[in-house]
Amino acid sequence: MTTISSASAAFTGNDPENRLFGPVPDVTGQSGYETDHPARVGFFTDTSVCIGCKACEVACKEWNTLPMDDSHGVRDVIGLSGMSYDNTGQLGANSWRHVAFIEQSRAVDLPMPTFGRPGDDRRGSGPSVAEGENDGSLAAGQQSSVLNAEALSEFDPQTGQSGTDKQIRWLMSSDVCKHCTHAGCLDVCPTGALFRTEFGTVVVQGDICNGCGYCVPACPYGVIDQRKDDGRVFKCTMCYDRLTDGLQPACATACPTQSIQFGNLDELQARADARLATLKSQGVETARLYGRDEDDGVGGAGAFFLLLDEPEVYGLPPDPVVTTRDLPSMWRAAAAGAAMIAGVVISSFLGRRP
Amino acid sequence: MTEGLTAPGAGWRRADGPAAEARGKRRRRGGRRGGGGEVAMVDDATFTSYYGRPIVKPPVWKSPDVPLYLFLGGMAGSSSILAAVADVTGRPTLTRVSRYTAGGGALASVVFLIHDLGRPERFLHMLRVFKPTSPLSVGSYILAPFSGAAAATAAVELLGWFPRLKRFGGVVSALFGGPLATYTGVLLANTAVPSWHAAHDQLPYVFGGSAMAAGGGVTMVFTPVAEAAPSRRTAVAGAAIELAVMHRVEHDHGIVSEPYLEGRPGALLRAAKACTAAGAALTVVAGRRRAGAVVAGVLLAAGSLLTRFGVFEAGLVSAKDPKYTVVPQRERLAAKEAAKLDGHASTITR
Repeated sequence: MTTISSASAAFTGNDPENRLFGPVPDVTGQSGYETDHPARVGFFTDTSVCIGCKACEVACKEWNTLPMDDSHGVRDVIGLSGMSYDNTGQLGANSWRHVAFIEQSRAVDLPMPTFGRPGDDRRGSGPSVAEGENDGSLAAGQQSSVLNAEALSEFDPQTGQSGTDKQIRWLMSSDVCKHCTHAGCLDVCPTGALFRTEFGTVVVQGDICNGCGYCVPACPYGVIDQRKDDGRVFKCTMCYDRLTDGLQPACATACPTQSIQFGNLDELQARADARLATLKSQGVETARLYGRDEDDGVGGAGAFFLLLDEPEVYGLPPDPVVTTRDLPSMWRAAAAGAAMIAGVVISSFLGRRP
Repeated sequence: MTEGLTAPGAGWRRADGPAAEARGKRRRRGGRRGGGGEVAMVDDATFTSYYGRPIVKPPVWKSPDVPLYLFLGGMAGSSSILAAVADVTGRPTLTRVSRYTAGGGALASVVFLIHDLGRPERFLHMLRVFKPTSPLSVGSYILAPFSGAAAATAAVELLGWFPRLKRFGGVVSALFGGPLATYTGVLLANTAVPSWHAAHDQLPYVFGGSAMAAGGGVTMVFTPVAEAAPSRRTAVAGAAIELAVMHRVEHDHGIVSEPYLEGRPGALLRAAKACTAAGAALTVVAGRRRAGAVVAGVLLAAGSLLTRFGVFEAGLVSAKDPKYTVVPQRERLAAKEAAKLDGHASTITR
């Protein structure tokens, strides 16, 4: 009989190198599944085509019957965040998809700059109408437009007459549980409620979780959270129930622009690499993949992203590391500390009795 | 073109917030156009975040449940060792007092730990698997035998039954006492909470020292001074260790040490230091007089308790401010990039 272990690969005896981090070629097999297990699946979220429609959020809430909550995760409250179109605010126990909205501007000294588009953030980027002008002599262009620029300098760029000094763009990104190769939540769960599925995803068993809350601060992305009135923790399951029936997760099914792509992880990675190359060739130099690299602090993520700015702009940690990477060192310190206590107490009995 | 296009992120900044303010100032100063005004803004933006929202989730552990658990567990752990050695070396009063302290502390800490669960009725699920990667799982297997043995030992001490069984229970609890006092440091440190994780090799020693100060202090209060010399020495040594290692926690970790020094946790930890230092000094000076021992013992226990609250709250502060997550990770990335400088690294965010 196969024993599915909820412990990290390092402690199951399957890994000779005793790793708590770094790449794992077969994370599912390492958790104890037989070799005929399904391929590892994942999400590739291409934020360059996200339109911020939040269909993923709605589909997720409906399929998983998640309760309503406000932007701070308070249940059954309607609350506007007051900061953007984002009233979901964060991932949490009741929001397993979260579309981030970031409105950005930048200064440009162009006579007729292109209107901001995601990815259109470099001179000569993409098949832009204004490409020719942009690529022309900037100095000449500036000089000839000084009067015009002064006159229009107070114009709101959002009116479309953005001629003078600002470009606007919106970044939208649908965030989700990363289903890490080395999942901090899974490592620290003391009950075995969190486990690795045959698809390589990480899922909470609601009938086991006793609400200790350890997974909540252990997640380097701040994904999993406790439902206060329930006591247990909840997070994205990558629609485990749908996967077992051969369906795609609800969010990927609902996404109208294929910003959320579901599939076998290795295929998604190849697709993402190709997409990144395409964007780079179009001049979108700030495009980068996030969570794709298997040498990162969590051994690569099962759900990874194509971003157009630094990760922290989207509320993602720039260099997440699974906390258990340092656990051997912590256990050594705890053992040495315990020995220190015994030593101090025993030696306190030495010497002359008064 | 403006310097914005050579800056990281191609000059894109959040459209509201500091950027808007910077633009406003620029206009009032009299129309310096374009990138000039943006320069000051770049200087301000030492880190970026998503509307200032936290990245890691602050722990959902309740206060005072968890800090009290940390304190009581530590106190009980060190007292159980005191009790066992006092028993062997023939100090009956110190033995009895230490056993009561260990038993009471063990029972109370279990109550607080279970009360902190979201589903307290499922506390036995803690024992359905054993996971070395989970400090809480390991801790459960430390706490369960410890609290059983320590509480049973205290009970038979009270009732005066089974003297030999009592000694056995005392030894069992003493074996688990040290790990109980220090594993809680791992419990906090093995999280993504920046200020806890950064101090991961120091918190077990802080909590170990704090446990000795508390255990020594409490047993000192209730034991006649003639028998309490081991309690006094344990307490003073523990206080010294706590103060020394806590100093490193507060100063070795750059920006993530800040929460230990500022605001409410900073105030708690300053009070903790004052209590611990005063208690230790008073133990040395007046520990052999009854009144001195009582005051010193109370101060030491209070110092230990305040340390636990201070460390706990510093962690909450560090988790709630994205600064403490982003800035150290950025520094780490910069160091990695500097160390490597491979072409490949620039395309993939690590």
